[in-house]
Amino acid sequence: MQGIKRRDALLGALAAPMVVEQVGAQSAFDWKRFRGERIEVSVQLSPRGNLLTQHNREFEELTGIRAGVEVVPEQQHRQKIIIEYASGRPSFDVGEVSLHVNKRQVGRARWNTDINALIADRTLTAPDFDFNDFAQGMREYATQADGRMDTLPAFADYFILYYNKELLAAKNIAVPTNFDEMFDSAKRIEDRSRQIYGHVGRGLKNANVVLWSSFLLGTQQRDMINAQRQLITDTDDAIWATRQYQRFLRDASPPGSIGFNWNECQTTFMQGRAAMWIDGIGFAAPLEDPTRSRVAGKVGYALVPRGPVNHHCALFGAGYGIPENSRKKGPAWLYLQWALGKQMQLRMLAAGAGVPARLSPFSNEEVIGQSRFPREFFSTLQASGRIARAGLPEILPVTEFRDVIGTALTNTIGGADPVAEMRAATAAFKPVLERSEREG
Amino acid sequence: MTPRRNYARRYVWFVVPAAFAVVATILFPWLFTIYVSAFDWRLGGAREWVGFANYTKLFSDERFGWAMLRTLLYTAMAVVFPLILGLVAALVFNQKFPLRGLARTVFILPMMATPVAVALVWTMMFHPQLGVLNWLLAQIGIPPSMWVYSPDTVIPTLVVVEVWHWTPLVMLLILGGLASLPGDPYEAAKIDGATALQCFWHITLPLLAPYIVVALIIRTIDALKAFDTIYVITQGGPGSASETINIFLYLQAFAFYNVGYASAVVVVFFAIILALAALLMWTRQRVKQ
Repeated sequence: MQGIKRRDALLGALAAPMVVEQVGAQSAFDWKRFRGERIEVSVQLSPRGNLLTQHNREFEELTGIRAGVEVVPEQQHRQKIIIEYASGRPSFDVGEVSLHVNKRQVGRARWNTDINALIADRTLTAPDFDFNDFAQGMREYATQADGRMDTLPAFADYFILYYNKELLAAKNIAVPTNFDEMFDSAKRIEDRSRQIYGHVGRGLKNANVVLWSSFLLGTQQRDMINAQRQLITDTDDAIWATRQYQRFLRDASPPGSIGFNWNECQTTFMQGRAAMWIDGIGFAAPLEDPTRSRVAGKVGYALVPRGPVNHHCALFGAGYGIPENSRKKGPAWLYLQWALGKQMQLRMLAAGAGVPARLSPFSNEEVIGQSRFPREFFSTLQASGRIARAGLPEILPVTEFRDVIGTALTNTIGGADPVAEMRAATAAFKPVLERSEREG
Repeated sequence: MTPRRNYARRYVWFVVPAAFAVVATILFPWLFTIYVSAFDWRLGGAREWVGFANYTKLFSDERFGWAMLRTLLYTAMAVVFPLILGLVAALVFNQKFPLRGLARTVFILPMMATPVAVALVWTMMFHPQLGVLNWLLAQIGIPPSMWVYSPDTVIPTLVVVEVWHWTPLVMLLILGGLASLPGDPYEAAKIDGATALQCFWHITLPLLAPYIVVALIIRTIDALKAFDTIYVITQGGPGSASETINIFLYLQAFAFYNVGYASAVVVVFFAIILALAALLMWTRQRVKQ
């Protein structure tokens, strides 16, 4: 876990007046009503999880509740919470749910309690909680089809275009605004003798689907399932997206990209070996760390290029929920109010740990001005919010979908025909989806 | 009632705790796994009794078939190479030479490392642009390899990690065997004018055979079970190029939550391991005789 740095302390000091103001406003609210209780919190290992552990003492002092925060790597965490939910006795009272992976599964089984009911309870909700401060899109993202909101939205992760300003400037190349421009720029920058590549992106199966969906979102069809909830991954638009994916990964990326997940891409970009990289905005922090990155201060942030018909960036996100079987829903709700309160969300934005679900952090010019991230980062983030669209289909077997489609995409990097691969993958996954739709 | 039966009855209660532990931790999970394998069950969804349908599906599942073939290929390589190299290393370390103790200690160091830590270090070394292995190749004028980043080289590369990690274990097992070999046959052979190679082929190897078979059994079971290093380094990729049975099983159970189908995989895979172990045990008996 990263320690608190001087810059973070300064940001904390800047945000301090807001805390004092909040405490004044909440003087009537009894934060200590559950004093002496203990709750367990299970979140993913990420800069957001680190923020929660760093500031956990603040929650404990505010409420008198002891909170044990368990931080587990992303993939293992997703599996762990599902297995614990299914057991009927989850070990945690607050759990992070990846909305782009587990939303439907958690919602269908009604594993979490409805947050709407807790928000409506005036005795349990602080007067300044201000639910309307959560972005409309994020509130909708966290709401199930039946209207229940079984997680409180925590953060969004938009896909953006990271670029190396130096490499682009050296060839007098402007930031690309469409995929053809981006590919041409990548080829112009490429210098294989110096191991400099125009692009780097996810090639590893499963992880790679979200890059492919960044291309697909720019087409007429945009989505992976249609209004009748049928799979449409072998259409002309889907094949177009696959061809884009293939040419970027096969012709403009470093050899071996077929096995790259986000971390290999990040390392390659940080070493100054790749000029452009489309990935989640949550990966920005290490790029600007001069002790780890050779491109700190030289990173450009831009919107994902426009597609032939539409302009969207892939949206992912997570929320924090309270298991229906938790015996400590009250203390857990206080934890959610603190963890996703204005102060913590501001810290998230200032640390570059993700895009807060609340709107208020974006209006805090003082904290944004002190951030190590350039203005361009924040403007890209806000502009991405306006064009964001779900990067994965909201279906139950989403991991299986990523596995099957991801394998086909990986095969295309090896030279396989995009049409044949996508048709075969679609045929393989169709029965899985149909069955899950019948059940779900 | 005979005194012998009295004795058994008096002490039968001492067996109960151990029997309970065996039933609770081995027998019950096994019976439950077999029971679950007869259901079409996705975690969080409904359960439907399907009898042997999961097994029939398994044998027509192309992905399972490929995973099985990869597992066998990986196992064959991850057993044969450590056995050969371990045997050679044991013969070398059985000789007397300066700093032999230190050399032995250094040689067995990989075995002491945690598999996940080992996998993470190798992953960094395999990186096609930033890894030290390709840098070393470049220093001697050899073109870079894609290591685990190519479907063609991923399995042999994973075997390299396994060989590096577990050859010391084979060496230790065979070294123990070498230390217990009698000296008389060698003296007799020397008097008869046998060469070193003849001594090795006609005396050392046959006498070492039981130890080699033990190493073979341990390595085979270990290699069949291999999961951690493969998962950390490749997660079964690129594509499905390194998806062994264990990775396939893991995905079915913990990524796709197909609990019923995954249970069927466990049952079939266990039967295969059991059959292989029985074959190897039978071979060991034959060798002993």
